[in-house]
Amino acid sequence: MKLHLKVWRQSGPQDKGRFELHTIDGVSSDMSFLEMLDVLNDRLLAQGKSPIAFDHDCREGICGSCSMMINGRAHGPTRGTTCQTYMRNFHDGQTVVIEPWRARAFPVMCDLVVDRSAFDRIQQAGGYVSVNTGGAQDGNCLPVPKDDAERAMDAAQCIGCGACVAACKNASAMLFVAAKVSHLGLLPQGQPERAGRVLAMVAKMDEEGFGNCTNQYECEAVCPKSIPADFIARMNRDHLGSSLIPSE
Amino acid sequence: MQLDARAPSGPLSEKWDRCKMDMRLVNPANKRKYHVLVVGTGLAGASCAASLAELGYNVSTFCYQDSPRRAHSIAAQGGINAAKNYRNDGDSVERLFTDTIKGGDYRSREANVYRLAQVSRNIIDQCVAQGVPFAREYGGQLDNRSFGGAQVSRTFYCRGQTGQQLLLGAYASLNRQIAQGRVKSHPRHEMLDVVLVNGVAKGIIVRDMVTGQIERHSGDAVVLASGGYGPVFYLSTNAKGCNVTATFRAYKRGALFANPCFTQIHPTCIPVTGDYQSKLTLMSESLRNDGRIWVPKSNGARKPDTIAESERDYFLERKYPSYGNLAPRDISSRAAKEVCDNGLGVGEGGRGVYLDFADAIKRLGEDAIRERYGNLFDMYAHITGENPYRVPMRIYPAVHYCMGGLWVDYRLMSNLPGLFVLGEANFSDHGANRLGASALMQGLADGYFVAPYTITDYLAGVKPGVGTEGGEFAEAEARVGSHMKRLQDTKGKVSAQVFHRELGKMVWDHCGMARNRAGLEGMLRAIPTLRERFWREVSVPATAGGMNQALEYAGRVADFIDFAEVLATDALTREESCGAHFREEYQTEDGEAKRNDADYSFVSAWGYNGENQAPVLTREALQYEFVKPSVRSYK
Repeated sequence: MKLHLKVWRQSGPQDKGRFELHTIDGVSSDMSFLEMLDVLNDRLLAQGKSPIAFDHDCREGICGSCSMMINGRAHGPTRGTTCQTYMRNFHDGQTVVIEPWRARAFPVMCDLVVDRSAFDRIQQAGGYVSVNTGGAQDGNCLPVPKDDAERAMDAAQCIGCGACVAACKNASAMLFVAAKVSHLGLLPQGQPERAGRVLAMVAKMDEEGFGNCTNQYECEAVCPKSIPADFIARMNRDHLGSSLIPSE
Repeated sequence: MQLDARAPSGPLSEKWDRCKMDMRLVNPANKRKYHVLVVGTGLAGASCAASLAELGYNVSTFCYQDSPRRAHSIAAQGGINAAKNYRNDGDSVERLFTDTIKGGDYRSREANVYRLAQVSRNIIDQCVAQGVPFAREYGGQLDNRSFGGAQVSRTFYCRGQTGQQLLLGAYASLNRQIAQGRVKSHPRHEMLDVVLVNGVAKGIIVRDMVTGQIERHSGDAVVLASGGYGPVFYLSTNAKGCNVTATFRAYKRGALFANPCFTQIHPTCIPVTGDYQSKLTLMSESLRNDGRIWVPKSNGARKPDTIAESERDYFLERKYPSYGNLAPRDISSRAAKEVCDNGLGVGEGGRGVYLDFADAIKRLGEDAIRERYGNLFDMYAHITGENPYRVPMRIYPAVHYCMGGLWVDYRLMSNLPGLFVLGEANFSDHGANRLGASALMQGLADGYFVAPYTITDYLAGVKPGVGTEGGEFAEAEARVGSHMKRLQDTKGKVSAQVFHRELGKMVWDHCGMARNRAGLEGMLRAIPTLRERFWREVSVPATAGGMNQALEYAGRVADFIDFAEVLATDALTREESCGAHFREEYQTEDGEAKRNDADYSFVSAWGYNGENQAPVLTREALQYEFVKPSVRSYK
């Protein structure tokens, strides 16, 4: 099939950026979206032009690197990551608009590549259990109810891609932070630092320039791991409860 | 060169304890004077960096991804082995040790493998304490599943995302140290050289992939945890970014590359559909419990449902009646290759075999199959656009893991003092073949429980503090700079991917599932031509600074081309079949691997010998004091 691509090009953080038009033919319906871009990049290189920069790595939907807004939808028309989007979901002659994530906290670095290091900093603010290597007790000394473990895993499977932020009109990171807070908050290992963790991570999230949640659930709709927005409510309860504990 | 593995003497079960007692310590107040550089932030790198920082050392980490959390350990699905014996099914350190050494077809070091089995238990405890959400039973206890190559249930798991959860645990520990200021994280940085000062590893040269700046970093020890070299085959189940550059550049500085020809092929992956294909996706091997593997008896494009039962060849059931579709990984992979080589393969390009669930669905009902394999069937349908409940799946083997890597001694130090190598990047524990659920175990064993001790011992004998002003740093920086300039000055018209694909096809055809002398020699003759074309025709845009993904990629492809020669040389000189290395000349009448313990019970460690020169072989003899090598049998 033949596609008309409108791709965002931006040489660096200071560049204003613009859309560039490319027509690509011979696209197979079995190609992944990124493979289609590989083909385009090979052609650009053959013409001595600069290829389109984009983040990608595992190409199996787990590393969370890929991050494209395709026709206004984070990760494209189907549920899952950009790398797991296949060209059979597009039709011959279609115009496809490809943009980077757009959020103040995710500045564009080059073309479709954005800086998501704010996510790392939020986790550095408290997304861990303070335990040193060595000296841990036997794993079975700490029974965890199966349902709690399952629910923690539902949250823990977040891949940190940032689609939730990109889809949100407020560029809120609430689903991401809620998933991180809930993973540890639901497990006994996370209890000693639970109050401090949610307060610190939410404070960091605000500081990084993410917006607030206005319950539109766009995040849940695009999350490649289908992480439910209930976790946001859980985090809000946790945050409220924790903020009532007097600090020393 | 004489290789000393520094494996301690004494009974197997006491070696590691003895070694720990013999090792020197660094006073807590002095630890902060030392700086360690860690390249790679997967399970091995992240766990090592966090543990060293907890001890009080200063650590800098480097990864090419935009966050340490995205290293390819994240993609591991199945689980992690540990000799906990929670099932009361007879597991023990001894048994995990024996299974691993046998699975490796007697080409690994006894002392290393035993230590791995010993510390496997601590790993689970550590990960639980970090909050890794392992699968649980109703009583709240840790659940286990069984895995190939073992008769006990010793695999701990987090759904199908065990690697992800273990990595997030190590990443969380790393984050805690970053927050405390003891680790400085450098994402989007690629290591391009190791700096040796008087033959001792004292630094690295990296490229900031955002600004394009070349940077010097100095440290009192350098740790490489940069993963495997699977993408030398172009297509593999590895991430697109996985590369051999860090280990290969260390090799060019004098580190020995051990057993590169031991590369594991996984039998059940989704086949290639076209030239544009960039990646192969693994489908869990568990599918072979209920699926029947077949190809048509005669070729010709036909729909599977139009092929009569009498026209089908269930080749695994025919050739291995006792194991059938559950024949071991290497046997199944080679059998699939053979039928495809004979022109009977199915699907576009003819490199695929059917994995058919029709009989199982008839026997158990569609619901039962959905319950067992629903997520895998969905994944397959998503990628291929076919419904595997109606149409047989198509599968084909793909490169999955590299047992080979830089040579290290018992203390995980390479032959270059101060250069430690961890995880998939080293060669140490899996011999000629790795068992399922052992890669995660090894990465974390190295990072959490081995390297923090052995690096401390090394640092205890080193005067801390080294700057980046020395001539060695300038020289290494200049070398990196001129290499990149050369790539950009080529101004060809062909993308690096085209060469990578061509190289991969060659390596796959001649150094993949089955190898022979003629093929390997042909490959060694063809590589110089490919290299020459690459350096004449490659297209890399010249930029003054800033992001340049084509430049990063071209540098990696150039290294893969050079590395493929070492790989082929190793495969050519190992004139036996063992584990994942199958030389067609050395097989029994029924196609089983014929190992040659009398002549090849050694580690092949290859040394760089200059541009366009054949590498030099050093052997480390393997001694089996505690287990007696036997022949694997599937009859």
